[in-house]
Amino acid sequence: MTTSDIKLTGSSSEISPENPAPVIEAPRARTAKTPKATRGNFEMYGWLFMRLSGIVLVVLVIGHLLIQLVLDGGVSKVSFAFVAGRWASPFWQAWDLIMLWLAMLHGANGLRTVINDYAERDNTRFWLKMLLYAATIFTVLLGTLVIFTFDPNIR
Amino acid sequence: MDKVEAESAASPYITATFRIRRFNPEIAAEAVWEDFTIEIDPKERVLDALHKIKWDVDGTLTFRRSCAHGICGSDAMRINGRNRLACKTLIKDLSPEKPISVEPIKGLTVLKDLVVDMDPFFQAYRDVMPFLITSGNEPTRERLQSAADRERFDDTTKCILCAACTSSCPVFWNDGQYFGPAAIVNAHRFIFDSRDEAGEQRLEILNDRDGVWRCRTTFNCTDACPRGIEVTKAIQEVKRALITRRF
Ligand code: HEM
Ligand code: SF4
Ligand code: FES
Repeated sequence: MTTSDIKLTGSSSEISPENPAPVIEAPRARTAKTPKATRGNFEMYGWLFMRLSGIVLVVLVIGHLLIQLVLDGGVSKVSFAFVAGRWASPFWQAWDLIMLWLAMLHGANGLRTVINDYAERDNTRFWLKMLLYAATIFTVLLGTLVIFTFDPNIR
Repeated sequence: MDKVEAESAASPYITATFRIRRFNPEIAAEAVWEDFTIEIDPKERVLDALHKIKWDVDGTLTFRRSCAHGICGSDAMRINGRNRLACKTLIKDLSPEKPISVEPIKGLTVLKDLVVDMDPFFQAYRDVMPFLITSGNEPTRERLQSAADRERFDDTTKCILCAACTSSCPVFWNDGQYFGPAAIVNAHRFIFDSRDEAGEQRLEILNDRDGVWRCRTTFNCTDACPRGIEVTKAIQEVKRALITRRF
């Protein structure tokens, strides 16, 4: 008797060597061969940074929103002259610079987490992160350049 | 008197519908919902209903169970959208007027019906070295510990490895690389044990890219744990131990 003589019954009867059971795709499962331990504390510092920058951002962002959108006539008062006036003071320059850097790095690290969570293929993961890093570096550098080189007399 | 007699004569049975997620890779590549309507005493448990269906209605229904009393951890499943042990969930607590849904736990490959591949789950468990590690000579008597030292990790000794927590965690669902709450709970059980000497090594393992820092404090694990372990708190304690160790 060969295996093909064995009569399959019930739920298995449609299955034959010519009509095999469908393959079940496993998700990215952990196995004994999964690479171990990335050394270093990067993820810990990232986690701490999210919380510490968050605390500082509460003050900076709420202050920023109040000044720009609520106090003194609301958003309609914001004009070239208003921005020029504020950036004449090193205090507001520093405020905006710190807020720019913290919000960008905080947001970028947050999106890095989101990409790590949702991207399924390693390639997608890699390119999404490259796009994110490029956008972050561009925005941070451009913003920093504008804050430092802002010329109130351009017309 | 008549009333009492009428009540005791009344059948305790109700008609309840169990909407079960069925999957058989030998028949179809897709899982389907199948309804089973049975007569059952609502004071019985979901596991009893599954038995009744398997034994009297459809013998192909496949699920794991062993102890049937909340100790072995084999019958964690998603019942009415929440991870629970079928053997600890009373039907009357599930509003049985409506169909009761029963699905396999999420994030692990379904093999058949309610049975999932637990290998990745146990691999993460093995990876945290869940056994006592000491140096020096073996003592001739038991290793003594004060009541306070024992209390420190009491909560995490209760784990029965049912995977209800890990398979309720959205970070684990997304890609199965995260160690998951259960592995961290079992690492916690040794990290905070005064008799153990490999706490530092276990902390380093959980400092990994896929270790405790992936936890987003969702609290799904604490809600899911049938043993009432404060899972999220245990994870936070490991995070705190890692941070205070560095600073
Ligand atoms: C206003 C004060 C803010 C506080 C207190 C705060 C706090 C936090 C904390 C603690 C996390 C980590 C969550 C976790 O890991 O579980 C986080 C994540 C995140 N934050 Fe903020 N943040 C603030 C502002 C911002 C701003 C301005 C942005 C955008 C530029 C931003 C974007 C994000 C993103 C994208 C994530 C990741 C979300 C996730 O992990 O699901 N946050 N925030
Ligand atoms: S911590 Fe609770 S939910 Fe998680 S595996 Fe252990 S007993 Fe199950
Ligand atoms: S059958 Fe053992 S825990 Fe439910």
